[in-house]
Amino acid sequence: MSGRRVPPTVLVGGVLVGLVVLTAAISLAWTPSDPTHVVVADRFIAPGSRGHLLGTDDLGRDIFSMIMAGARNTLLVGIVTVVIAIGLGVPLGGLAALYRGPLELIVMRASDVMLAFPAILLALLFAAVFQPSTLTAMSAIGLSFVPVFARVVRGAGLQVMEQDYVTAARTFGSRAPWIFVRHLIPNVASVIIVQGTVAFAIAILAEAALSYLGLGTPPPTPSWGRMLSESQAFLFQDPLLAVWPGMSIALSVLGFNLLGDGLRDLLDPKLVERMPQAQG
Amino acid sequence: MQVAIRLGLLGLSLIAASILVFGATNLLPGDPAIVILGTSATPDSVAQLHHQLGLDVPLWQRYLDWIGGILHGDFGTSLISHSEVGPEIVEKLAVSGPLALLGIAIALAVSLPLGILAGVRHRHWSGALISALSLGGIAIPAFWAGLLLVTVFSIQLRLLPAGGFTDWSEDPLLAIRGLLLPALALGLVQGAVLTRYIRSAVIEVQGEDFIRTARAKGLTRWQALRRHGLRNAAIPVVTVLGIQLTALLVGAIVIENVFFLPGLGRLLFQSVSNRDLVTVQDLVLLVTATVLVVNFLVDLSYRFLDPRISAR
Repeated sequence: MSGRRVPPTVLVGGVLVGLVVLTAAISLAWTPSDPTHVVVADRFIAPGSRGHLLGTDDLGRDIFSMIMAGARNTLLVGIVTVVIAIGLGVPLGGLAALYRGPLELIVMRASDVMLAFPAILLALLFAAVFQPSTLTAMSAIGLSFVPVFARVVRGAGLQVMEQDYVTAARTFGSRAPWIFVRHLIPNVASVIIVQGTVAFAIAILAEAALSYLGLGTPPPTPSWGRMLSESQAFLFQDPLLAVWPGMSIALSVLGFNLLGDGLRDLLDPKLVERMPQAQG
Repeated sequence: MQVAIRLGLLGLSLIAASILVFGATNLLPGDPAIVILGTSATPDSVAQLHHQLGLDVPLWQRYLDWIGGILHGDFGTSLISHSEVGPEIVEKLAVSGPLALLGIAIALAVSLPLGILAGVRHRHWSGALISALSLGGIAIPAFWAGLLLVTVFSIQLRLLPAGGFTDWSEDPLLAIRGLLLPALALGLVQGAVLTRYIRSAVIEVQGEDFIRTARAKGLTRWQALRRHGLRNAAIPVVTVLGIQLTALLVGAIVIENVFFLPGLGRLLFQSVSNRDLVTVQDLVLLVTATVLVVNFLVDLSYRFLDPRISAR
């Protein structure tokens, strides 16, 4: 990577993502006040007054503390979904590229069908069958990303398998698992990183929408999506209540999108797939 | 690939998707009757619901009954309202269909001019501005855009309703007014996504040899683009349009709940909340089938956009 200029998108995206991570980390140890503490007497305090940087909501909870704690939830959901997607998608795509034949056909056809189940739709289906919870939402969003990862890893993997060093490794008698770990994974890493960053942004949007609908993170865990749904009843009294969580979601998504765009320019993987963006 | 083969694959995908949906609602751990009635249900009511759900019939038989029914237009009976799901879907389509169409129309009306302009002027400040705005637009959740639109147009300016829907038969004009803000929320966000892809497709096509030849012939940049460029830029844009149509359908599910529109998305959400598994099963299959058919049509459209593909 030396000598290549770091694109400004990576810098801006990195700063925004870093801000979310930092906020979440600080919130583990400290928030200005308890984000779940209800003080009915302190309802709808204006931003900046009486020690509340962003004011309070309809239950007198400190908005800034809720936003900080919400960052934790957002990151948790993003990380778990991307780990599920990579954990299942990469081996499936890798095996398809390694073994070809019927296995590849099955993986690819199954991916095509699974692509017809967008994150929120799958999450709604799961919420109907299981209890709605953060775990249900994360599993559904993660599973809905699996086909995308399987497809890009297979695509990139097929190119790797044609390289001379893989042929050489095969001549030496290397077995498929070794080729997978030693040659395939390192060579498809860049495409996984970029796709993972893009998926992270979409996971944030999907979780926010589910929590808004009341099918994601249950109360009292602070979540940006649910803050938005709670704000809706008070748009007339206090429209700012809808501004802070929405802005937090938008800035986080912007951060991951910029980082993904920038890493794509920097690492230059050819095969990153488009994913349906801005669901909900 | 031949159209017939593609059509066959579409059929297989539809069958596979229906098995997945059926499996998710029928094979997952737990007794659906208990799930629906709660753990405190009496054995009598559980047995009754088992019969009502047809759980005393083998699984494959139930699947075939469900699919066979749908193919004949019978979507089954709701577990909660005990009314036919099919007519309800048709009724809700009168809200969801126009909402989706209006959303796409707004998205295209925004993204086509802005995307082309941003692509042609990508070195100019105006192009950079459009590009930056679209990046911001992509990051905005459509349901938040909906809340902001309500704050401005319903609460501050009092121009449009904040939610609810007047039936078409009552007053078509009021019906459209009810759909305007939700469609804007969907369309503006989707428009931002499309703007970015149209921009990059236009930038890419401008670097092609045939555009250079056209310019060398004496055509202006716009003439070259109009006569040779746009059609070539259309293929990647149509692909994204297909993908974004999926996003728009899913976005509509959420947006209908923001604006309390009695459409399919609201019905799906209510069925999920009530654990009305029959309705959920039907609606999820309906959305999935729509996505698969749209992807199929996108594939087909390549042949019309680029005759070289069918010649291959």
